Amino acid sequence: MGTKTEFVDKIVSREKDLLDDWMKEQLAAVTLRTDLLSEADLRRQSTELLSAFIESIRPGIPQDIKAPECQHLVGILRDITRMRLEQGFSVSEVATFVLSLKQPIFRVLYDKDTTASAEQLWHMGTYIDRLGLHCTELYQKGREGIIARQQQELLELSTPVVELWEGVVALPLIGTLDSARTQVVMESLLQKLVDTNATMAIIDITGVPTVDTSVAKHLIKTVTAARLMGADCLISGVRPAIALTIVHLGVDLSEITTKATLADALDVCLRRNGFAITRVDQK
Amino acid sequence: MERIPILKMGNFLLVTIQMEMHDRLAMTLQDDLTERIVQTRARGVLIDISSLELVDSFIGRMLRDIAAVAMLLGAQTVVVGMKPAVAITLVELGLTLRGVRAALTVERGMEMLRASMPESLLASMKKTPRKA
Repeated sequence: MGTKTEFVDKIVSREKDLLDDWMKEQLAAVTLRTDLLSEADLRRQSTELLSAFIESIRPGIPQDIKAPECQHLVGILRDITRMRLEQGFSVSEVATFVLSLKQPIFRVLYDKDTTASAEQLWHMGTYIDRLGLHCTELYQKGREGIIARQQQELLELSTPVVELWEGVVALPLIGTLDSARTQVVMESLLQKLVDTNATMAIIDITGVPTVDTSVAKHLIKTVTAARLMGADCLISGVRPAIALTIVHLGVDLSEITTKATLADALDVCLRRNGFAITRVDQK
Repeated sequence: MERIPILKMGNFLLVTIQMEMHDRLAMTLQDDLTERIVQTRARGVLIDISSLELVDSFIGRMLRDIAAVAMLLGAQTVVVGMKPAVAITLVELGLTLRGVRAALTVERGMEMLRASMPESLLASMKKTPRKA
């Protein structure tokens, strides 16, 4: 639902002037980033956006940017925002690009024979504000998408399970354990147990900065799951500070064999599997 | 009524769960197994759950109960072939199956049972050559 007025016609009829005015405005602005975007590209984007904008207000100024006549415009906004996000524009620069359209439009509405009422100007202003806000939202969503992707990558990067010896696998943990990560760690460890037919597993927590009650809970969970698959699970790499914290917190790890170093844990595993390491005598 | 077959192998009983477990089936298995342990004077029970994709808290409890009952009747229980997903589910459910021993394969489960048997019992069993 929009208000069809003659000032809309005026904007429509003066698209060319508007574009020139807008371009001049943008090129003079302090937020101009010629290092990221060439003038030709800026002109192309501006032309595209302006024509879509004019198309959207042709039936009257839309009350809501979800209206069908805005879809084309919103699509273009999305593309431009995504492109600028990748190019390294800041969120305010992206929003300013849209909001800077306000001034040229107001100038068109206010030349010689003013016909626009305050109310109409207000409508136009809110509409452009909405578009600007939409841009910031898109930008933020894009950023969140990047963060989520990186988190996923980090998760996959940080959980390698290595085969230390025949029947012994080790999982060197780096970083804190939260429930999402525990899930991934557990899955990869258990899968490795199946693949290698291992009977012993070592979780090395040298790279875990702190062990609080929730991390301990997750460790116990992982050990229990490994036990259910028929593998004995040891924890190694308990640093002095961590040992103190565990005791102070009153976490009960008595059911789990813990060792100070990976070497000690491996030694236990080898013994249990009937191996022994001896030094070859070289007299 | 469908039943899960219980096979006798020397002093051990072997149960392979090949079908979708539901509560009735689990109850029947528990009853049958208890009967058979007494009947055959079995010293070990091996439950192969490698084809079970889904384990709920009831089935988890059943496994624990079977182990406890078998223990009372003088037999050890080993659960073999649990899938990673099943293990994770059980842990998330808080069922750690304490007291139930586990192994990855039937072969290893058998070894575990044999290792825990007294020598005299092993001697009375039909001998299969043991790995050195």
